[in-house]
Amino acid sequence: MNFRLKVWRQSNAKAEGKLVDYDAPGIPPQASVLEMLDIVNERLVLEGEEPIAFDSDCREGICGTCSMSVNGEAHGPDHPGAACELYMRKFRDGETIVIEPFRVKSFPIVKDLVVDRSALDRIVQAGGFISARAGSAPEANSIPVAKPDADLSMEAAACIGCGACAAACPNASAMLFTAAKVSHLALLPQGEPERIKRVVGMVRAMDAEGFCNCTNTYECEAVCPAEISASFIAKLNREYSRASLKRSAGE
Amino acid sequence: MIGELNAHIPHGPLDRKWTNHKDHSRLVNPNNRRKFEIIVVGSGLAGGAAAATLGELGYRVKCFCYQDSPRRAHSIAAQGGINAAKNYQNDGDSVYRLFYDTIKGGDFRSREANVYRLAEVSGNIIDQCVAQGVPFAREYGGLLANRSFGGAQVSRTFYARGQTGQQLLLGCYSALCRQIAAGTVQMFPQTEMLDVVIVDGHAKGIITRDLRTGKIDNVAGDAVVLATGGYGNVFYLSTNARGCNVTATYRAYKKGALFANPCFTQIHPTCIPHSGDYQSKLTLMSESLRNDGRVWVPKRKEDTSKAPNQIPQSDRDYYLERKYPSFGNLSPRDISSRAAKEVCDEGRGVGPGGRGVYLDFADAIKRLGEQTIRERYGNLFEVYEKITGENAYNVPMRIYPAVHYTMGGLWVDYNLMSNIPGLFVIGEANFSDHGANRLGASALMQGLADGYFVLPYTLPNYLAGQVNRRPSADAPEFKDAEKEVRAKINRLLKTNGKCSLDSIHRELGTLLWDKCGMARNKAGLEEALGKIPALREKFWREVRVPGDGEDFNQSLERAGRVADFLEFAELMCADALTRDESCGAHFREEHQTSEGEALRDDDNFASVFAWEFQGCNGMMTPPKLHREALHFETVHLTQRSYK
Repeated sequence: MNFRLKVWRQSNAKAEGKLVDYDAPGIPPQASVLEMLDIVNERLVLEGEEPIAFDSDCREGICGTCSMSVNGEAHGPDHPGAACELYMRKFRDGETIVIEPFRVKSFPIVKDLVVDRSALDRIVQAGGFISARAGSAPEANSIPVAKPDADLSMEAAACIGCGACAAACPNASAMLFTAAKVSHLALLPQGEPERIKRVVGMVRAMDAEGFCNCTNTYECEAVCPAEISASFIAKLNREYSRASLKRSAGE
Repeated sequence: MIGELNAHIPHGPLDRKWTNHKDHSRLVNPNNRRKFEIIVVGSGLAGGAAAATLGELGYRVKCFCYQDSPRRAHSIAAQGGINAAKNYQNDGDSVYRLFYDTIKGGDFRSREANVYRLAEVSGNIIDQCVAQGVPFAREYGGLLANRSFGGAQVSRTFYARGQTGQQLLLGCYSALCRQIAAGTVQMFPQTEMLDVVIVDGHAKGIITRDLRTGKIDNVAGDAVVLATGGYGNVFYLSTNARGCNVTATYRAYKKGALFANPCFTQIHPTCIPHSGDYQSKLTLMSESLRNDGRVWVPKRKEDTSKAPNQIPQSDRDYYLERKYPSFGNLSPRDISSRAAKEVCDEGRGVGPGGRGVYLDFADAIKRLGEQTIRERYGNLFEVYEKITGENAYNVPMRIYPAVHYTMGGLWVDYNLMSNIPGLFVIGEANFSDHGANRLGASALMQGLADGYFVLPYTLPNYLAGQVNRRPSADAPEFKDAEKEVRAKINRLLKTNGKCSLDSIHRELGTLLWDKCGMARNKAGLEEALGKIPALREKFWREVRVPGDGEDFNQSLERAGRVADFLEFAELMCADALTRDESCGAHFREEHQTSEGEALRDDDNFASVFAWEFQGCNGMMTPPKLHREALHFETVHLTQRSYK
């Protein structure tokens, strides 16, 4: 298959970027969009040009390293799935494909398609954990968890932390990401002792990182490779309200 | 330089060794802990758990990973589960049975004491993970669920959907985040370790490169912990993540750490086949598919290009059912992998490149109905369709074996310390627990055991004698190591040849896969040993690495890793040639039973092969072999039987 690419090139965070045209001829339809970029890069290197920088690691949709938008959609048009799971046969032969980095103010561009998502790590550091010291854990089956709660918790926990939710959101909100972590832990009895502190801390960190609020456009849910439901955002809002009420009541 | 290898296995009966050892290990007083700086390289299950736990204990920890976040370490991709001897199913499990299954699964090439300790702490791991909020699968009564896995007759595997590795890693990452917030752990993402610094014979620091800015840093510490995973990517194609590499362990090897059993690499039988040079990695398909799928290839070479439904039953060779009537399609991993290779070598493989066999569900669909198959394997069929574009309900899947785990690694003693004092190695990066073959659901167990429950006891034992011994990062040893690192980077950038990095790495991978893959023989290994130096020479003459060293340069990162693979490959083949027996995943064609099973030679090879680097200046000086004899006090060595 043959494609015409428009790829965002930007040499560093401060430089000005632009879309640059490349030809991508002879691409096997079974190749992923990342493998197509590998092929283009191999040629660019041999021609003495700088290859296109892009992030990837596991290339099977679980590590969350991919951070590109394809034809305007985070991870491209084949949902659900990360960019590494987007195969070229999903495009028309001869099509022009636009590839850009995730565009979120809180994810500064490092180079070309690579962005800095450490803001998401800082949200987790603000409380996205249960304090359980190694050595002091009680016997595992002493904490039964109702199966529906455990299953729902797992659905939230499946988040791969890629940041596509924020990239797709017109408000660049990271609420789906934050909601997934808050819900995962709030649904489990082990998460109860730190429930208030956690949601307050994480929401504050999210605001401090410059992410905006949710206005229910559901773009996040539409692009999420892990199919995290936007209903968890409602859960986050409930958790936050509950925490605020309890705090104002002095609990 | 290195005397008799001493594994420092504690005295006493097997089931008392770990307790006795803990009772007599030296401790570090809480007020002194903050005086120690511990360097942890890698943030997967082993490294992340170690960094978080040591931080919690009060040490100052610096943790490094090449990914942009510690949450992305490759442990995340593990699917199946984690073993633990909880005996929640009341089906006769025990610490001893988990120990025995693991040591037998490893074909009696691992240390009894290490494996027993692993089984002993396995239950604590589950307790710890549940307390952290890992959402393991549960039964309706709210208690934890288990499933069965290969190599065991009990149900002891804990799981979180098909994402167990992800959930365990996120648990570990959350513990790490808590310590980062508390200030005990300083995290350095997108930072690669390029050398270990040895001062007065002890590992006291590392040289790092910030992958974003290219900045080289000298980092001093009181001890160095390597948790940098396996080297499966030496084969170019594997189920590993793109970034997985041997650089940290190999460069430690070049500084004097012994590399043990490098030829022990595990090959998983059910992966989506390689379909062209464009391909960057291989994807695993759960082995459970073989419960209902039948494996076959055409009887005649001429039929391989025909559509599978055009080939009548009489022209199909259900080779596993034919060769292993009692196990059939459920034959063990190594047997199934080798059998697939054999039929493809005969020219009867299917799909692009002739490297694939059919896994056919037509009979199961006829017998059980499509709905049942969809319920059992629907998600796997979806993954398959996503990657190949083929609907496996209508046409048979195509599968082929792929590299996915490496049992070999740096040699460590019972304390998980290498032969270099102060250099600890944990998780897949060490060699210690899986012998010649790892059982399913045991990699996650080992990573977390090392990080949460072993290292936090054995590291203080070393540190207690090391108060105020941390050198300055300006010491001459650091300057020398830094100079070497910079010289290597400059050399890569200056070569400016005409070959792409991938083309040379692919060539190396193909050679290893053919000669040091599922089946090995003397002639093939000697051929590989002849070709690798030439390939290495080609690399240094013709590779092209664009850009410069003072920048975010992904080509440069990869070039350094490929350069190390090109040396490491020779060590791997030398080990495979020297180990003149078959055991577990190491199958020497010269040594097999009449049924084609691995034939061990316990009289001569019941030992660990630990290699000492002797120099590589273009040509490699043959490394020096040290043997650690394996003493089996409790188990009887038997021929593994799958009958």
